[in-house]
Amino acid sequence: MSTFPDDRQYTVEHEWLAEGDPATFGITDTASEALGDIVYLELPTVGSEIVAGTVCGEIESTKSVSELFSPVSGTVVQVNQAAIDDPALVNSDPYGDGWLVRVTVTETGALISAAEYQAQNAG
Amino acid sequence: MAEILSPLDAVHVALGAVMVPFAGWSMPLRYTSDLAEHVAVRAAAGIFDLSHMGEIRVTGAQAGAALDYALVGNLSALAVGRARYTMICAPDGGVVDDLVVYRTADDEYLVVANASNHDVVLAELGPRCAGFDAAVTDESAQTALIAVQGPRAQEIVTSVVAPQDVTAVAELKYYTGLPATVAGIPALVARTGYTGEDGYELFVPAESAPALWAALTAAGEPFGLVPAGLSARDSLRLEAGMPLYGNELDRTTTPYDAGLGRVVKLDKTDADGAPLDFVGRGPLDARKHSEPSRVLVGLEGLGRRAARHGYAVLRSAEAADAVVGHITSGAPSPTLGHPIAMAYVTPEVSAVGTELAVDVRGRAEPVRVVALPFYRRPAR
Repeated sequence: MSTFPDDRQYTVEHEWLAEGDPATFGITDTASEALGDIVYLELPTVGSEIVAGTVCGEIESTKSVSELFSPVSGTVVQVNQAAIDDPALVNSDPYGDGWLVRVTVTETGALISAAEYQAQNAG
Repeated sequence: MAEILSPLDAVHVALGAVMVPFAGWSMPLRYTSDLAEHVAVRAAAGIFDLSHMGEIRVTGAQAGAALDYALVGNLSALAVGRARYTMICAPDGGVVDDLVVYRTADDEYLVVANASNHDVVLAELGPRCAGFDAAVTDESAQTALIAVQGPRAQEIVTSVVAPQDVTAVAELKYYTGLPATVAGIPALVARTGYTGEDGYELFVPAESAPALWAALTAAGEPFGLVPAGLSARDSLRLEAGMPLYGNELDRTTTPYDAGLGRVVKLDKTDADGAPLDFVGRGPLDARKHSEPSRVLVGLEGLGRRAARHGYAVLRSAEAADAVVGHITSGAPSPTLGHPIAMAYVTPEVSAVGTELAVDVRGRAEPVRVVALPFYRRPAR
């Protein structure tokens, strides 16, 4: 079973959030493994406002497509162009080079700890 | 209900496959990477466990006549050693399943059904063959099916075939099969597949499957053979424009709707030259001679977001309420690098080159009608 970095928080929708200014979020390896090989990312545009718990992008694999839910509300300040150009980064390094979006946070959504996320996946 | 385990289940688990429920079975979705497995089949070869497929043997002096009645094809005319893609239809002409039928002897056929339809095909074949000197035997549980597909398949398979069978296996033509000894195991070796590549399908006793898998993977390693799962199988067959039951085919679809009217042999006759009755004949005959209400087409995506099963096809991106059809299968094509899909659309928008749109989760994406298949293997 996967172990999840405990230096960040998670959502039940399989996103991770590293707090900071800006905060960074991406998807967990549970999500990337379930999708299979990711071939296309649609991320929010820089400068747009996103809302915690709502869809802000799409992650598409050969087999399926998954919506990206924002773990926070705020303004998008950067998206990972390297991952857009090479979505395989999200499979190979979902917590590092495969990050997705950086946001100036106005409000956080419903977040859970690494241990709670682990328990959710075990259950 | 517990899922049925393939005779190769332990092999898949040892390989670290992601196992998923599929038509009542637990089968490998992927081993490492959908894309890598897909690409390997196009470039070298892949090995697939297809033991979930249904194998039904029909034997007897009137086995051919029984299948002529039960199926839409002309199976009595099939030569021993040949295979045929055919269908079993309901009395109203709707497709019950698409099948590959192998004639293994004068009085013996092997009918291969989709796993999802195995029970219904068996239930239909019994009564349909009852009036004939023909016995229907379900051999699915005792039979494993392993496919080796890809441009290196012939080299791989022949390297483990018994010396006396090598030439015959190498010279097998597409849609033929013969008994041969493979890795010491008695097998029906057929040159058939569902990937758009050259390749073989090997039917063996279930208990021999792990030994055959091991021999083929060992022989295939120098050629780049990799185990490939259901995910790669689906993207490969879609590129090859091959229908999948439940997507392009179902009980509300006739073979004509799917562009496969050629499998319906309305001209089949008995020994005296009289037209043969078969299940579905009347409605199929009528359907052949009427204007279709929908046509199966290929679509290539002009954007990056792929259409998926069930999405609405629109006349244009500007006319979001003008639904002209529905997607049956769709995915980003690993080989072509853009989205592809199959869809049923109304005839007036089915011409190659017609520009349409697909409602991809609330946003219209432009697509163009293209000829099927999307991918044809290069001549070698």
